[in-house]
Amino acid sequence: MSDLIFEERKDQIHRKGEGPFKLACNRDSLAGAVSQRACVFCGSRVVLYPIADALHLVHGPIGCAAYTWDIRGALSSGPELHRLSFSTDLQETDVIFGGEKKLYAALTELIDRHQPKAAFVYSTCIVGIIGDDLQAVCKKVSAEKGIPVIPVQSEGFKGNKREGYLAACKAMFTLMGTGDTSDIGPLSLNILGDFNLAGEIWIIREYFERMGIKVVANITGDGRVGDIARAHGAALNVVQCSGSTMDLAKMMKEKYGTPFVKVSYFGIEDMAEALYTVARFFKDKDPGILVRTQELVKEELAVLYPKLQEFRKDLEGKKAAIYVGGAFKAFSLIKAFRHLGMSVVIAGSQTGTEEDYEELASICDPGTIIVDDANPLELSAFLKEKDVDIFVGGVKERPIAYKLGVGFCDHNHERKEALEGFVGMYNFALEVHRTVMSPVWKFVPRRSGKVLAGEGADLPKECSL
Amino acid sequence: MSAPVKNIKAAKAPAENFVSTTNACKLCKPLGATLVFKGIEGGVPFLHGSQGCATYMRRYIISHFREPMDIASSSLGEKQAIYGGGPNLKKGLLTVMDKYGAGLIGVATTCLTETIGDDVPGILGEFRREFADLELAPVVNVSTPSYSGSHMEGFTAAVKAVVEQLAQAGEPNDSVGCFPGFVSCADIRHLKDVFASFGMNAAILPDYSETLDGPALDDYEKLPSGGTPVAAIRALGGAKASFEFGATLAPVGEAGTAAGLLAARFGVPAHRMGLPIGLRASDEFFKALESVACAPTPRRHALERGRLLDAFVDGHKYISQKRCVIYGEEDLIVGLTSFMAEIGVTPVLVAGGGRSGRLKAAVEAACEGLVPEMPEVREGVDFYDIADRARELAPDFFLGHSKGYRLARELNVPLVRVGFPIHDRFGGHRLHHLCYLGAQELFDRVVNAMIEKKQTDSDIGYGYI
Repeated sequence: MSDLIFEERKDQIHRKGEGPFKLACNRDSLAGAVSQRACVFCGSRVVLYPIADALHLVHGPIGCAAYTWDIRGALSSGPELHRLSFSTDLQETDVIFGGEKKLYAALTELIDRHQPKAAFVYSTCIVGIIGDDLQAVCKKVSAEKGIPVIPVQSEGFKGNKREGYLAACKAMFTLMGTGDTSDIGPLSLNILGDFNLAGEIWIIREYFERMGIKVVANITGDGRVGDIARAHGAALNVVQCSGSTMDLAKMMKEKYGTPFVKVSYFGIEDMAEALYTVARFFKDKDPGILVRTQELVKEELAVLYPKLQEFRKDLEGKKAAIYVGGAFKAFSLIKAFRHLGMSVVIAGSQTGTEEDYEELASICDPGTIIVDDANPLELSAFLKEKDVDIFVGGVKERPIAYKLGVGFCDHNHERKEALEGFVGMYNFALEVHRTVMSPVWKFVPRRSGKVLAGEGADLPKECSL
Repeated sequence: MSAPVKNIKAAKAPAENFVSTTNACKLCKPLGATLVFKGIEGGVPFLHGSQGCATYMRRYIISHFREPMDIASSSLGEKQAIYGGGPNLKKGLLTVMDKYGAGLIGVATTCLTETIGDDVPGILGEFRREFADLELAPVVNVSTPSYSGSHMEGFTAAVKAVVEQLAQAGEPNDSVGCFPGFVSCADIRHLKDVFASFGMNAAILPDYSETLDGPALDDYEKLPSGGTPVAAIRALGGAKASFEFGATLAPVGEAGTAAGLLAARFGVPAHRMGLPIGLRASDEFFKALESVACAPTPRRHALERGRLLDAFVDGHKYISQKRCVIYGEEDLIVGLTSFMAEIGVTPVLVAGGGRSGRLKAAVEAACEGLVPEMPEVREGVDFYDIADRARELAPDFFLGHSKGYRLARELNVPLVRVGFPIHDRFGGHRLHHLCYLGAQELFDRVVNAMIEKKQTDSDIGYGYI
C-alpha cells in the first residue's frame, strides 16, 4: 500500500490521530501523478457557465470548448445560450499570425446571431503564449455592439482551478454596478456559489421567498447578466462554495460595502443554519423573520426526518469516502452521513486550503484519512484499506469506485439529482441507499472473493484423470 | 423542479463562411493519441502540457467507456511555459515508470508545448542518455497540436508513430498487422475472432478492448491487462501483411499511415480499405483475408453473411427510402453511408468534423449505383451547420454519436447511436459496427428505430408490426 504513495506527496496526506495535524496543500500537481485536478480555464468556465443569457466564447483550439459543451447540469428557467459551445477553433495559421482577427470576426457574427446580453471571452493556454490582445478586441466589439464583452484571463497553465475562479469573479465584477437598483428593497440578497445543478437554486430561492426575502441575483445558477449588473443593490451576499465565489464577495464588500455570510445548503444542519444565518442578519429589519424561518425548518424536517430514519435502519454502520473539488462540500457531507448512521473514513479535495483542511480535521473521526490533490492510485488504495461502502465524487472518481466494486454517488457538477436543501437531503439519502444496498456488491470480487471465472476452478475429480 | 429543455434556437443563417464554431463535431488531436497509447500492453498515455488537458480528456473518455482512463500529465505551470517543459516531462516520465511500472509511455504534445516550441524528441533523447544506466520502458512520442487536425488525425498519427518508433527489420514472421482506426471495444474483439478463425496471428493496434472494457476486479490495476504487446509491434517489420481501415486516410503510397510506413520501410504488403461496415465493405475485407490466409472464409462467418442478407430481405420495407443524416468521423461515416446506401436508406447529408479533403469522393464511390441522388457531403462542419441543413432536409433518422441528440429531439426523429462519444446511453463501447456481425446488429437497430417511431407516432398502439 505504501508503495502507491508518491514520496513527494506524503505530507499531503494525513491520518487523524497520528501526530499533530499538518497538511501541505495549494501546491502544483506532481508531474506524472495523474492528478484529478483541472486547470485555470476549467475554474473560470464552471463558474461562469450557468449565466444563461450570455455568450461564452472560448478563444483557442477546439478541445477546450468541446470538452465543456453542455456538461454541467446547470438549468435555466429561460434562455439556454449557455448550453451551446462556441469556439474560435484556432488553426495553425492563427497561431502563427495571431488570432485577433478571427476572434473579432467570431465575436461579431455570434453576437449578431444570438443577441446575447453580454459576452465572455475565455483565453486558453495558447492565447497566453501567442499574445493576442483580448482586452483590445473585446473593447472594440463592446463599443460596436453595445453590450459588455468581457475578457476572462483563464490561460490553463497559469495555476489550477482556484486562479480560474478568481478570473471569473473579476470578469463578473466588471458587470456589476451598471444595473438599476432603485426597486430593490432592504430584505434582499444575492445567492453566490450555487450553480443550479438539477434545479437546486430554485429550491433555495423558494426557502428565501418563504422567509420574505427577495433574491436579486443568482450567481451563477440560472444566472442573468442583468441581475448580476444590479447585484450590488442587494443587502447581503450569501456565499456557498466559498472557493469559487468568495473573491467576488470580497470585491463587492470593498467597493459597495455589501456584507457576506458563508453557508452550505447540503445536509440538515448546514441547510437550517444557512437559513438561520440569513434570518439573524435581517431580524432588525424584519422582527418576524426568525419565527417564520423556524417554522419553515420545522415543517421541512417534519416531512424529512421520518423518511431518513427508514434509510438509517439499513445504512447504520456503513462507511463512506469523499473526494470533492472544494472542501466546503466535504464538511456538509460528513454531517449528512452521520444522519444516516454512517461514518466518513476518507475525506479529500482537489483544491482545499490550509484553513479548510484544519476545519475538516476537526470534525472528522479519528483514523480518517485526509488528503489533498489525490490521484487514482492513492484513492483506490485508501478505498481498499478502509473497505468503504460508498465513494462520493465526480465522474473521474466513479470508475475507480466501480472497478473496485464500491457504491458511488455523483456529487459533482454533472449530477442530475438535486442534493441541496431539505428535499436534497432526502434525494441524497435515497441515492446512497440505492447504491449501498444494491445486491450487486454480493457478487463483485471484493465481496465474493472470486475474480475471474476459471481462476482456481474447483473441478470434479474425474477431470484430472 | 426541472425546467423543460428547450430546443436550440433556430436562427436562420447561411451555413457557409462562418468563422466561429458552434457545437463542434470533432474533438482535439491529443485525445485520439491517448486512446492509441491506452491500447498498447502496459501503455500509459502521457500528455505534455498543462494539467487541464489530461483531466478533460480523461473525463470525456470515461463518460463513454465507464472505465478508468489514467492519463499522466507533465502539469506545466507558468514558469515551465516560459522556460520550457523539458524538466517536468522528464520528471513525469520517471514518476510514471516508478509508480505505474509502465510497459510503454506514449507522449503526446498539446497546443501549449507545441507553441512554446518544446523539442520532445530531443528531450526524450536527453532523457535516455541521462538515465542510460536504468532499464527504461520504451517511450514513444507523437506531435499532436490541437490547432492542426481533429482527434482522428491524432489517432492516426499516434498509430503511425508507434509503428515507426517500434517496428524493427527482422526475419519474416507469420504475423499480420491490423490498424482498424477508432472502433469500439466490441469491434476489436470481433476482429480478433475473425483473424483467429482464419488462423492468423494478428497484432491489432490499438487494442483497448480489454484495457477500456475490463472485468470487475478486487484491485485497481495500475496497468489494466490487455493491449497490443510491444513485442508484437516490434515484429511488424517482418509481418506477412497489414490491414488498414479508413477511406479518407492518406494514400498508402505516401507512407503517411502505419500501413504505408510498413510497406515503404519493410516491404510489408498493405491491404487498405474502408472500414468494413455493411455487406460490400465486409466482403472486401474477407476477400483480402482469404487472399492473405490462402483459405476460404470459415463457415461461421459465411453463415453470418448469409443471415445478414436474409435480414436485408426480411427488413427492407421498414427502411426502404427512409432518409437519414449521418455525421461524425470521416472514415466512420463513409462506412455507414455505404451500408445505408446498400439497404435502401437514402443518406441525404453526410457531415464530417474533419477536413481530409477526401470525404466527398469516398462517399460518392460508396453510393455509386445505389442511391437516387448523391447525398450532400460536408467537411469541417459543426452542429450549427448540421442543424441548419437537417431542419431543411427533414430526415427520418440520424446516425451518429450522442452529440446529435438534442437536434434529433428537436426534429422528433430517432437517433441511432454509433461511434464515439455515446454518453447518453449505456454500453456504447460494446456496440458492434464491423463485419457481417456488426452490420447485422446495426441493421436490426436501424429497422427497430423505424418500427418504434411508427409505433410511437401511431394512435392505434400497434402491438404487432
